[in-house]
Amino acid sequence: MNKAFDYHWWDIDLVILWTDALIYILVAAVSIFVIYARRHEHLRAPWRQILQRRLAMSSLLILMAFVVIGLLDSLHFKVPEAQRDDGRFQYSTEVYSLFDRLALPLRNRTEKTYSEPFAYRLYAKESIELADGTIRRDYPRLQYGAAHLDDPERQRAADIKQRSLVVLAKAMLAALIIVIILGSWQARRNKTTFMTSLRHMLTGQTNWPWRSVVATLFFIFLLIIFSIELGSHYHILGTDKVGQDVLYLALKSIRTGLVIGTLTTLVMLPFAILLGIMAGYFRGWVDDVIQYLYTTLSSIPGVLLIAAAILVMQVYIENNPQQFATVLQRADARLLFLCMILGITSWTSLCRLLRGEALKLREADYIQAAQAFGVRSIRIISRHLLPNVMHIVLIVIVLDFSGLVLAEAVLAYVGVGVDPSMNSWGNMINSARLEMAREPIVWWSLLAAFMFMFMLVLAANLFADAVRDAFDPRLRSS
Amino acid sequence: MLAYIIRRILYAIPILIGVNLLTFVLFFVVNTPENMARVNLGVKHVTPAAIEKWKTEHGYDRPLLYNRQAAGTASLTDTIFYEKSVRLFVFDFGKADDGRDIGYDISQRMWPSLAIALPMFLVGLLVNITLSMLLAFFRGTYIDMSGVILGVILMSVSTLFYIIGGQYLIGKLWHLVPISGYSVEWPTAIKFLVLPVVIGVIGGIGSGTRWYRTIFLEEINKDYVRTARAKGLSELRVLFRHVLKNAMIPILTGVVVVIPLLFMGSLLTESFFGIPGLGSYTIDAILAQDFSIVKAMVFLGSVLYIIGLILTDISYTLVDPRIRLN
Repeated sequence: MNKAFDYHWWDIDLVILWTDALIYILVAAVSIFVIYARRHEHLRAPWRQILQRRLAMSSLLILMAFVVIGLLDSLHFKVPEAQRDDGRFQYSTEVYSLFDRLALPLRNRTEKTYSEPFAYRLYAKESIELADGTIRRDYPRLQYGAAHLDDPERQRAADIKQRSLVVLAKAMLAALIIVIILGSWQARRNKTTFMTSLRHMLTGQTNWPWRSVVATLFFIFLLIIFSIELGSHYHILGTDKVGQDVLYLALKSIRTGLVIGTLTTLVMLPFAILLGIMAGYFRGWVDDVIQYLYTTLSSIPGVLLIAAAILVMQVYIENNPQQFATVLQRADARLLFLCMILGITSWTSLCRLLRGEALKLREADYIQAAQAFGVRSIRIISRHLLPNVMHIVLIVIVLDFSGLVLAEAVLAYVGVGVDPSMNSWGNMINSARLEMAREPIVWWSLLAAFMFMFMLVLAANLFADAVRDAFDPRLRSS
Repeated sequence: MLAYIIRRILYAIPILIGVNLLTFVLFFVVNTPENMARVNLGVKHVTPAAIEKWKTEHGYDRPLLYNRQAAGTASLTDTIFYEKSVRLFVFDFGKADDGRDIGYDISQRMWPSLAIALPMFLVGLLVNITLSMLLAFFRGTYIDMSGVILGVILMSVSTLFYIIGGQYLIGKLWHLVPISGYSVEWPTAIKFLVLPVVIGVIGGIGSGTRWYRTIFLEEINKDYVRTARAKGLSELRVLFRHVLKNAMIPILTGVVVVIPLLFMGSLLTESFFGIPGLGSYTIDAILAQDFSIVKAMVFLGSVLYIIGLILTDISYTLVDPRIRLN
């Protein structure tokens, strides 16, 4: 069975999880919107205003870097492990994502237990058998971390320094290439020479914040190249209790954070929009029923509702194990369920906002005119009301995102977050609480989770601010 | 006014019934008593007899909504819904899975929760409003800009980081105050309360200051403020006498509704600092999968929220004579 064989990339067995499918839908929807918005000036203008702000542009690029990693991590498949006699493949039981395959060195190089960032030896002492047969208690060398050095105690600092310089040089080269590409593109577009457009770019005399773009890209390149270059010889962020590389865990958690931040909104959006507009437009008993619905839901403390629902879900999974074939599928079902329940607790505020706006808009002249012409309600709502409340929806989506990413960590602590087997910053923080009590303390996985979360949330918050400023007419006037 | 309040209280009844029905559906219909018994008994001990015994012990051996065998009103009252949900309306919370009286536990644990939530709320409010007025005073300058950016940065840090970091720094490294614990005796309680309150306030500064700053800036652009300045009033006087007063209405909207909920305590703070309040009570119940306690807390939370809404309306009439309730 285990004879040598090779396979093409199309021989892999695609596994599409529920959240994967929803992410594809979301990506498709966003792409369609981008294409549509490019052709319509009234939609392009606010986005241009957003992206011409330096801070917004930089945070968008950082968000994009997160999204790329998240998307790479959302393509799951099984790889052939052996070829049977009839030519068909036998697939691995483990499901990989594209990101897993790219980060295979990080994934596979597991140590025995904790080790500090850039360590060459384990965190705990062990009995080591020396060559002459005597046994000594000492810190054993790591299997992978700094394994290429003969005398790590003296060589390590120089090695790290040398490699960092190489990283810096490579990142600068990459940024230089970006500058050249941008410069020649600008030169062709504005019909100037390359040098002029370069000078304009570097002195900031352009409408678009190219300097910030280059600086942010340089920063992102620096981090990526650093992780690749040094991550293959050291554990940059240390290892966790079972010896997994913390950098790998933190990177894997990106997908969870993004899924919770985006899919939750996606799930609640149809309800919030439909009910909010209907309540405001039809008024009367429809309004009463919908108002009753959201007052009831919002009067239940959010965490408790989530906790109750997750408990119920847990009991359901425990009693119906046959529906969830693998651990991954079970974790995925729980993630999706968590998104849904978070959506249920958070749709009420958007619904209330939309109801208020619809109440206002239904008195507007163009709606009155449409009614007078006998246009059907469904058409008035879809053609006249909906486009005019979309800016509120957009603002709420981007503002909610960072809150949801942060909420995941809190829920994980309460014990009602994502599945414990799933990589998430919340789970990392949760398990790190016990590590804080150790002596010496194990701080690295906690700090890694906080830093990754902070970067994502900060970028999202800064971007959300720009979006709100551009789309909120109330703020624009002041 | 009194008629309005009575009507609002009556209006709360259908909402509470809705809350009860929702939790009931969630707990007993989606998740049958049979399942609960299985989970509680553990995989090893599941036998039909054991399940029946558990159900009888915990009062789940009745029909869900309608009892065909009983006669008269008993057909409605001798059901799980009546026993477990309707009784909540008279604040009869029943017994927890470990046999303790939930109502008594709540009345005992309410006070530690309040002792920590109230100072946190008041100090936080004071700090946030002061800082945001400072930013509003320096609006458009570098002080304002850096304040706003600092606010966004503070907002982007997880609450857990503030708690864990604060505990480590102040409690473990500097040994200023104990990391966790609680004391009933008054002067000693203070040293346990300082750390959670300080951390809670710092954690809220980012979003709070930003929120109040927007309110103040919105108010500052109005005509009456320009008039006040034209009269020759100093900027400080304009801010404190005119802007602050008028900004009270939007501030009250967000603030008053929270006050009753202070009784519920904070899940994170209480469990991290080992305070025996309602927040840690809830977390323990969630971790132990005790549905009776979770249900009681859901009901209590809803009641307090509705009280908060009514209080908000009343407070409007107090600060703004233009608003009449009818």
